[in-house]
Amino acid sequence: MAAGVLTGVRQVLRGPRLVSAVFSCHGQTFSSAAAAPDTGETKILNFPLTQPDYFRLSELFTLKDLFEARVHLGHKKGCRHRLMEPYLFGSRLDTDIIDLEQTAEHLQRALNFTAHVAYRGGIILFVSRRRQFGHLIETTARECGEYAHTRYWKGGLLTNASIQYSPGVRLPDLILFFSTLNNVFQQHVGIRDAAKMNIPTVGIVDSNCNPSLITYPVPGNDDTPVAMEMYCRLFKMTINRAKDKRRQMELLKGISASV
Amino acid sequence: MVPQLPLRQIYVASSLWKKNLAAAGPQKFTQEFIDKQVEEFEVGKRHLANMMGEDPETFTQEDIDRSIAYLFPSGLFEKRARPVMKHPEEIFPKQTAIQWDAEGRPFHFLFYTGKQSYYSLLHDVYEKILYMRLIQLMELLLSMPYCSLEEEFILKFRKQLEVQSSKYEIPALQYDPQGVAFSVADGRRKSAKASITLRDSGSGNITINGRNYLHYFPVLQNREQLMFPLLFVGMMGRFDIEGSVEGSGHSAQAGALRLAISRALLSFVSEGEVEKMRQAGLLTADPRIRERKKPGQEGARKKFTWKKR
Repeated sequence: MAAGVLTGVRQVLRGPRLVSAVFSCHGQTFSSAAAAPDTGETKILNFPLTQPDYFRLSELFTLKDLFEARVHLGHKKGCRHRLMEPYLFGSRLDTDIIDLEQTAEHLQRALNFTAHVAYRGGIILFVSRRRQFGHLIETTARECGEYAHTRYWKGGLLTNASIQYSPGVRLPDLILFFSTLNNVFQQHVGIRDAAKMNIPTVGIVDSNCNPSLITYPVPGNDDTPVAMEMYCRLFKMTINRAKDKRRQMELLKGISASV
Repeated sequence: MVPQLPLRQIYVASSLWKKNLAAAGPQKFTQEFIDKQVEEFEVGKRHLANMMGEDPETFTQEDIDRSIAYLFPSGLFEKRARPVMKHPEEIFPKQTAIQWDAEGRPFHFLFYTGKQSYYSLLHDVYEKILYMRLIQLMELLLSMPYCSLEEEFILKFRKQLEVQSSKYEIPALQYDPQGVAFSVADGRRKSAKASITLRDSGSGNITINGRNYLHYFPVLQNREQLMFPLLFVGMMGRFDIEGSVEGSGHSAQAGALRLAISRALLSFVSEGEVEKMRQAGLLTADPRIRERKKPGQEGARKKFTWKKR
């Protein structure tokens, strides 16, 4: 299926780096990643890393779901970004078609990473500057128990945090970009700031976006309501699953410790 | 011998090593410091009560103020410079509460935007705006051709609003315990408000604010204004008028009373007469009000003296 695509650049993309990525996360130690050698605690944290798909996220979506949600539709040929060419099949009637097999792989990795971050009690920030979907994203974030920022991005929110907020503030551990462009079709400032502050990013990149600074890009459509609703649903389900799993593990640990 | 390296004196502006006092903001106190201050205040309050010979349990803030004023008499005029003993909450500025819990996770889901309360308000308002958008779309649907396909589905959600008429209703005719018919009506002119009770007793008395109309309105023009509606309808000696009026000047009060009398008369008069009264201008409220003064002019119309040069 990938015969018609410009291959070769795919090898540049990361291999299964879940383990290393989780550990090279935003370098603040909190109670969850405790330094004290408590075997129960470390077991809770390390056990999910032993399996490739611990949270069984491949059950959440299929290629057919992605196709029906019109995730494969990109922008017109003239809007195409050079760095997105590896992810595209080609164009049909001037519209770029995104390779859904690659999308499925990337999406699986991104969801897995989000699940692990949520499992360890990390702060997840949903970012998008599209007015159409701002309300949807804010509602999704609220239902997950995570945070959202779909408004005008002030300059030093991440880089100047101790002055923008209060001195002891904790920055997000993962930033999800539901649309990497802002309203003037330039790359969102948050991507560059997150890269500066060593915060991993997951981003839905459309065919006119630049995927270079994003840790886990997911090539896909960011313009149709169907596609956005599907992404929101997927991320919400992953985060809820991860948090429920964590609570389960804590309960089990509590039971086994008391026994 | 070790060659001496050339010494160079480096001059640095004092602004670099001075503390930037403006950027630090208001002085911050830790919670432990404030707690210690509160403890010391309580202890000091008890000592003060013992000193003054009062009961430490029932020693209020006013007692504290009185005792301090007695023990440390101060002749300073500025009240804020005098010795004061108050609860630390009132003296130290309030610190904003920490916005996140023990693990560092903020409480509000829009914390990272910076303006959490403003944006959460917008978020809540958005749902109401969605409703208005839905109404717009439904009406757009009805305006298209082939709308008859879905018309009955959409019209199920339409409700007929009651038409509110702005016509003036004729006041109802009420009856006294003695069987005398009377009607009540209001009238306004400029900023004068009048209320009239028209009794069908058979005499021609007119009482306004408890006084006879002759005393209340010495000017003939005002009395003529009162009489005009009755004269027009031809029922001069039939009614007993009792009125109350307040506000504005005598002319406006007379005009308000005239309007009120005409409105009260509507219930005693036939349809044709009502039309005649309307055409005479008895039932129209006078819309003229005082014109505002404009800047650059003496009054509403009068200009300053014009000088050629």
